[in-house]
Amino acid sequence: MSFVPDFFGQALNGLSYGVLLFLLSVGLTLIFGMLDVVNLAHGSFYMLGAYAGLAMIAVTGNYWLAMLVAPLAVGGIGALLERACLRPLYGRSPLDQVLLTFGFIYLFEDLVKWIWGGRIRSIPPPEAFSGSVQFLGATVPSYRLFVIVFGLVMAVALWLLIERTRLGAIIRAGVFDAEMTAGVGVNIDLVFTGVFAFGAALGGLSGVIAGPIQSASPPMGAGILIPALIVVVVGGLGSLKGSLVGSLIIGQAETFGKAWLPGASMVIIYVVMALVVLLRPQGLFGRALK
Amino acid sequence: MIVRLLGVSALVAAAAVFPAVAGAYPVKLLQEILIWGVFAMSLDLLLGYAGMVSFGHSAFFGIGGYVAALALKQSPHLLSALVLPALAAALAALVIGFFSIRVSGVYFIMLTLAFSQMFYAYAFQVAWLGAEDGIIGVPRPRLLGLDLASATVFHLYLVALIGLAALVLWRVVRSPFGHVLRGIQENEGRMEAVGYPVNRYKLLAFVIAGIVAGVAGSLYTQFVGSITPDAFFWTTSGEALLMVIIGGTGTLWGAVLGAAAFILLQSLVSSYTERWMLILGLTFVLFVLFAPGGIVGALSGRVGRRA
Repeated sequence: MSFVPDFFGQALNGLSYGVLLFLLSVGLTLIFGMLDVVNLAHGSFYMLGAYAGLAMIAVTGNYWLAMLVAPLAVGGIGALLERACLRPLYGRSPLDQVLLTFGFIYLFEDLVKWIWGGRIRSIPPPEAFSGSVQFLGATVPSYRLFVIVFGLVMAVALWLLIERTRLGAIIRAGVFDAEMTAGVGVNIDLVFTGVFAFGAALGGLSGVIAGPIQSASPPMGAGILIPALIVVVVGGLGSLKGSLVGSLIIGQAETFGKAWLPGASMVIIYVVMALVVLLRPQGLFGRALK
Repeated sequence: MIVRLLGVSALVAAAAVFPAVAGAYPVKLLQEILIWGVFAMSLDLLLGYAGMVSFGHSAFFGIGGYVAALALKQSPHLLSALVLPALAAALAALVIGFFSIRVSGVYFIMLTLAFSQMFYAYAFQVAWLGAEDGIIGVPRPRLLGLDLASATVFHLYLVALIGLAALVLWRVVRSPFGHVLRGIQENEGRMEAVGYPVNRYKLLAFVIAGIVAGVAGSLYTQFVGSITPDAFFWTTSGEALLMVIIGGTGTLWGAVLGAAAFILLQSLVSSYTERWMLILGLTFVLFVLFAPGGIVGALSGRVGRRA
């Protein structure tokens, strides 16, 4: 019987994909919750992260350094974008922000093509995790296990940050009611920029981590955006818990879909989303719609 | 009114005789502009009149394109080229609209986006639609004994159909129905309170826009001779939205202007540099930031699309 190893292999693949989606979608959901911006350029942050990581590895040869520096670089780009371009649009129709970030998808994608060329680049996994391990009879690349553990640790760290620190309290307050938060003396402008940059950095981080699994190419940003948006809708806009649960659901749905329903695998995640929106429009953990 | 009618007729006539004075490449550009212009106009009906921001309009463009491709390969007739694609798009718009209009704002954006991606994913994967290669070698239909494989006949056919579609949309937005849509955009709650069945109006607008988009998709298939899953991809919807925004929302002709600007920019920039996506992206960003009324808004000195 190879069912059990197969099943575990798939489940672990789904889990590592889900964890990547979590790191990406948590930024998306925080940015939406706080700034009311559907950031279509979030996939671009993922791509920029992968390429920034690639550049760091080319220069230093050190994967861990890339994992540290790439998110900082992408976070900086995010901060600039928020300050220079999004800020003037607050108070305008949400469509303007959606379209602005849509324009940035083209901009970033072509910029990366310009600098690195259009071909697919692979990022080698760090040496410590370049092998594979036997796990319940399934052969699993050890890098995937690292991604899973790292992602879950990040989830806990983010939860602690948001639920247990003063900064987290400010962010939660901002998500709930930005105007009121400003009213009690918080420099909300700074918090907006900070949250956007932080979300962008997490997007960049997920890009570096995804590199050894999915390799890097300029269109990867536009491709990953849709699953990330679906996670946010399924989990509930602005909800950290929703983002985690949504990512794990979508990660498993897509992976098992590929294995068991190869003809319809790509459609499954949309079906999951449509079901959630119809039965619970605010998402699994979202606040009720006004 | 008379002046405007004359002006529009003159434009249509100019488009019709364009091949007599221009080379093959400009004619191709004009045809592309007309097809995308109609697609963008149908989106403007939703965006600029009913206030429905659909990010999944590519669904109907793609359905029109694929149904036309499949049907034309069976029998190259008018039924395959127009009737079946329009019916299929109408049916899809009815179903997608039924679900999507229950939510609004960002959720509407996301749901329409997800539906169109669902079609993309399906078309990308299944063999009977040619998977990622799509359907190639689609013949053009024969119409009243005329063979549309001839470049001149095809051009006239395109101009006539697109003029007709534009006329239909123009009549729709001028009708009492169109005014109700504007009312819904201004204040949905009030229209509801006054007694209009708002959701039924929105659904009908969604279906009309879907049909026109489906016809545009079918014309695109006939124009190129093939169709690929990219027609369904969400960036197709995004590009149509950008055309409407660049041109100016809520005017219909602004959408055509936007399509022209988009396609001319694309062909112009790409003939000078490989970096057209960069320039395109930059143009959009600048438009959103500094000219939210689009070209039409800038021309009429109106600043700001919405107060």
